[in-house]
Amino acid sequence: MSTLLALLTGLIFAAGIYLILCGNFLRLIFGLGLASNAVNLVIFTAGGLSARRPPLIAAGQTVPTEPVANALPQAMILTAIVIGFAIITFVLALFYRHQRTEAAAAEEGRR
Amino acid sequence: MNTLILKVASRLMVGLILIFAIYLLLRGHHSPGGGFAAALVAGTGFVLYFIAEGTAPVRRTLRVHPASVAGLGLLTALTAGLLGPLSGRPFLTGLWLSAGNTALGAIELGTPLLFDVGVFLAVLGAILTVLLALEEF
Amino acid sequence: MILLYLPILLPLATASLMVMPALPHRLRYPTALTGSLAQLAVTLLLLQGVLDAGILSAQTGNWPAPFGITLVADLLSAAMVVITALMGLAVILYAQPAVARAGGGPLAFAHVLLAAICGAFLTGDLFNLYVWFEVMLMASFALMTGGRGWRAVKGLTAYVVLNLLATLCFLMAIGLLYGLTGTLNLAHLHLQLALVDGDATVTAVAMLLIFAFGIKAALFPLYHWLPAAYPQLPIYTAALFAGLLTKVGVYSLLRVTTLLFAAHQAAILPLLLVSAALSMLLGVLGAAAQGDVRRILSYHIISQVGYMALGIALFTPLALAATIVYLLHHIVVKTNLFLIAGLMRHLGGAYQLERLGGLYAKSGLLATGFLVAALSLAGIPPLSGFWAKLLVIRSTLDAGHLSLALLALAVGLLTLYSMTKIWQAAFWHPAASPPAGTAPGAATLWMGAPVALLALITIFFGLGIEPIFQFATHAAEQLVHPQIYVKTVLGG
Repeated sequence: MSTLLALLTGLIFAAGIYLILCGNFLRLIFGLGLASNAVNLVIFTAGGLSARRPPLIAAGQTVPTEPVANALPQAMILTAIVIGFAIITFVLALFYRHQRTEAAAAEEGRR
Repeated sequence: MNTLILKVASRLMVGLILIFAIYLLLRGHHSPGGGFAAALVAGTGFVLYFIAEGTAPVRRTLRVHPASVAGLGLLTALTAGLLGPLSGRPFLTGLWLSAGNTALGAIELGTPLLFDVGVFLAVLGAILTVLLALEEF
Repeated sequence: MILLYLPILLPLATASLMVMPALPHRLRYPTALTGSLAQLAVTLLLLQGVLDAGILSAQTGNWPAPFGITLVADLLSAAMVVITALMGLAVILYAQPAVARAGGGPLAFAHVLLAAICGAFLTGDLFNLYVWFEVMLMASFALMTGGRGWRAVKGLTAYVVLNLLATLCFLMAIGLLYGLTGTLNLAHLHLQLALVDGDATVTAVAMLLIFAFGIKAALFPLYHWLPAAYPQLPIYTAALFAGLLTKVGVYSLLRVTTLLFAAHQAAILPLLLVSAALSMLLGVLGAAAQGDVRRILSYHIISQVGYMALGIALFTPLALAATIVYLLHHIVVKTNLFLIAGLMRHLGGAYQLERLGGLYAKSGLLATGFLVAALSLAGIPPLSGFWAKLLVIRSTLDAGHLSLALLALAVGLLTLYSMTKIWQAAFWHPAASPPAGTAPGAATLWMGAPVALLALITIFFGLGIEPIFQFATHAAEQLVHPQIYVKTVLGG
């Protein structure tokens, strides 16, 4: 399973880097999104794969009764997803503003 | 988007979504949920509202500027953290105040809830500031 | 230890007050200024605390290390937060004429940036460091685009993309380190990494981290984003970035090479040495070819970062002390030079050398300020830069790298050449065309005061080098022997 995920990570990374190097702004953003997801997969895989229960403690208990999955890599991935998502949103907004300004400038030029 | 179906549906949906957001916020410490998820859900409620009705009614309904909500949220979260040092414990220590058993079940109030409310307001304010600005641009 | 949190919390609180439209317009600038003064005060208290009691640490939320988020202040961290707060104050004073009418919106993000930089200096946890890097990145995006035209977006693309790649690599290194050791607390990592056998994985992680911090610090060959982005920024933003952002990269390099990879240096240090030497050389050569004050100064950041990385690469106690002296000196001088560039634009009407002229006749004080900062950057005694360069060159000679010492000397001379070029064109020669700048006024006073303050610090830094060198030696001792750091964090 780890090997499969490692190969998948490599594939997604390669696709991300390819898109970043395309020289097109929109592809660059998609490439960054792909690459950041590949990194999340790295954390997930490196944190250790296990088929266990989610780390939730039943009502009335203070410790989990069965072996649970390690919550920390997931918390890190969650943080990374949130931050990555915010940055992708920012870059998209930047792109959008840029396009609008360019279009307005082109309009100005035609007049 | 000016369609009758969306307008009618959004009136029902927005209220439900916001109640669901509050539910997520309040159950968040011991169960899945929490301030961040709740704020995103509440954000979708407002987004649905301005897709149906435009941004001006949303700003009117909010009464305060969303950036103020974000600032207030951050200050609330900081206050929740500072209650620890004020009682001689490290920053962000969870302090609990049990309100005992009521008809609704055991109610526990603590600084994690205050912190979550701060996160909720900060995230909601920030995403509304951004989304409204983008929609109006 | 609430004192460890206040340098981060105060600017965050200031920023959250300032983003509220409910805050009256006339109170915005005073809020920013008060927040900055308060931050400086608490950082000075923190420095005093570290000087009195040694390394301080705090466990957030009462979670014991290594499970919670730890904040640590050793001498290096404490000095860095003091200098960060000082630069924040200087830039906020300087920006008064530019932002007073706009209501001080950009200053809110400047405070977020200051909080994030202090967070990066104080954290004792690698994942927390990543979070502060991201906060820094977001705040810098907001500062770059806020209150400006959108034409500059193209020049900023390289900054955005390379910094994102840097954080991705940083994150990947964090994931691999966690898989390897099961911890991300820096002190705990120090103990755990020493037990790991399998040099290859550790070296791979180290390379990822050096790549990430190398982009942040603008080291060869990862520096191209810097001269493309900084000249596009509003000048007070550029001054804040130029002084502090690359130095967070240098600080992080210093931290991980001493704390994490002390046992795996054979693979890291030669690489850093080559990268440092080429950064020094190519940065200064790049600057020599430029005709815009901001571009010249941007290229000089690269060459100066090279000196600091050289100190890290040599890795003797003296070399690390030299790096620390260099860091402190360089932050003050480089911020000041960018502030002076803004004043040159204010009084002379341009950033391009061919359009500037006659500034010496216009303002002798500005000329003096420029001379102090520029000669210090080039390393003329008795200013701060002389001692910083002397220490780096001395440790290079001690390590037996004669050619590197000669290179460092030559780069100093070339720096002097660039500074002379600015002096000749902008200050000494009369202006070719009638200058377009404004006459000195109230705005000049706001902008001139921090320049004078930083110039005075540069002079006193140079004259009082002995206690500063002692301080840097102690700080370097703490870095070379991390046992006390580890013990303070983990207890026992």
